[in-house]
Amino acid sequence: MTELLQYLQNMLGVAWLPIWTLVKILTIVVPIMLTVAYLTLAERKVIGYMQVRIGPNRVGYFGLLQPLADGLKLLLKEIIIPSGSNKFLFVIAPVLALIPALAAWAVIPFSEGMVLTDINAGLLYILAMTSLGVYGIIIAGWASNSKYAFIGALRSAAQIVSYEIPMGFALVCVLMVSQSMNLGDIVLGQKSSTGLFGWYFIPLFPMFVVYFISGVAETNRAPFDMAEGESEIVAGFHVEYSGMTFALFFLAEYANMIMIAILSVIMFLGGWLPPFDIAPFNLLPGIFWLLAKTSFMLFLFLWFRATFPRYRYDQLMRLGWKVFIPLTLVWVVVIGAWMQTPYWLW
Amino acid sequence: MLMSFDTFVFYMFAAITVFASLRVITARNPVHAALFLVLAFCSAAGIWILLEAEFLAITLVLVYVGAVMVLFLFVVMMLDINLEQLRIGFWRWFPFGAALAVIMVFQMVWVLGNRQTAETGAQVIKHAANYSNTKELGRLIYTDYVYPFELAAVLLLVAIVAAIALTLRRRKDAKSQEPNKQVLVKKADRLRIVSIAGDSKVDSAQ
Repeated sequence: MTELLQYLQNMLGVAWLPIWTLVKILTIVVPIMLTVAYLTLAERKVIGYMQVRIGPNRVGYFGLLQPLADGLKLLLKEIIIPSGSNKFLFVIAPVLALIPALAAWAVIPFSEGMVLTDINAGLLYILAMTSLGVYGIIIAGWASNSKYAFIGALRSAAQIVSYEIPMGFALVCVLMVSQSMNLGDIVLGQKSSTGLFGWYFIPLFPMFVVYFISGVAETNRAPFDMAEGESEIVAGFHVEYSGMTFALFFLAEYANMIMIAILSVIMFLGGWLPPFDIAPFNLLPGIFWLLAKTSFMLFLFLWFRATFPRYRYDQLMRLGWKVFIPLTLVWVVVIGAWMQTPYWLW
Repeated sequence: MLMSFDTFVFYMFAAITVFASLRVITARNPVHAALFLVLAFCSAAGIWILLEAEFLAITLVLVYVGAVMVLFLFVVMMLDINLEQLRIGFWRWFPFGAALAVIMVFQMVWVLGNRQTAETGAQVIKHAANYSNTKELGRLIYTDYVYPFELAAVLLLVAIVAAIALTLRRRKDAKSQEPNKQVLVKKADRLRIVSIAGDSKVDSAQ
């Protein structure tokens, strides 16, 4: 393998670095796209069984080809651009939604050393990228020149800006505990002989809960899906979008969901570390544990959607500003004080 | 002479920044102007990354692009701005503005074109990839520059207090809910079960 790489490196010369990076990017993006496709199927199946239905079961065995059929349908659909819209912004909005959703994956460590770019400011980079995702939504809402789309976009912008603050403070707690912004170092900081008791979700349990709920709100998922709110504002910001332009929004939303799930695993649930550092558990490769924990977090997303009714908008704002932000502020102080005492075990 | 890759990237970002900044003031649509400002911020962040100031660059994107400009756009999109009205008096104030701009350009050239400044620029040390300037910055801010930093923080706090004080006027006719009371409601508060005498015919049938 190394000989083959060496041979290719010699053959390609200067072009080696861009091509090799592109290959690495593809090995991340292609599995994400497949996961998104099958997450939609999993969502329909899981919610179906929760509501005593079967879910899609016609295309392929157990509906396994359903995502492909859906993708093909969206690909072949006509893209309608409303005549009163701002055409350039209307077309570029879905792209702006998808780019940050995928760009954030550059710093995610999948296993020890298995990361595209191992930068020190990884945590900040993640925060910056997730905060850019809102542009796709508000530009879509404004450029559509439609009341429903605009109301959806405004709701979404206010919601994302409010929930970013508790999310940021939760990350500050992780930063304080791990003393690093490098995601790989954060995971390694959770390594201990006691297995899962070394993970940060124990000292930071309230932050873990706040981070995950804020993440659900940031991705506009039920029960915080006011930006779409099909019963009130039809479909919110993407009401005017069809075909592939709609599919890009869909991809961005699901890629963000997987992102939030994997981030909460990396920061609070020990990333690729096994739950017990003993024989049957630590023999499995790290990426297995990472993906297993991420799948569980993704299942929570679906479970929430099947369980909770949609929040009312003022309740949503109250939860963000009056519950989460004070709680996170207090916990930053608590952690700061706790870390100075001998009772700090992490 | 072939430009180095760094120089090429710098000129590209610089060109985008200048173009976007120009469009901020020339764009006819305020929403477009705000979006061009976002572009200018992003390319300025790119230039900072070239300077190895990754903390500042990412914070610029996080704070200005991710939060401030979103709120800006939010307001600009909702306002019905009449551009013709805004442009009244443009030419009357143009000489004043132009003079101010010339003074600012002069100042910047004076400061940045100074030999001393140019020399400090040349002395920028390239650091290893694992060097964390976030840590360095934090250490400097909380040791050498702690008083100016705290002063800036107090200034921001004053601004926050003032902004909140401006909005803290309670309307008398406003109706709001108190979720604490809503949560504490018991069944007995809302529901009264009354036994009503049954229909006599049904009674006799049994």
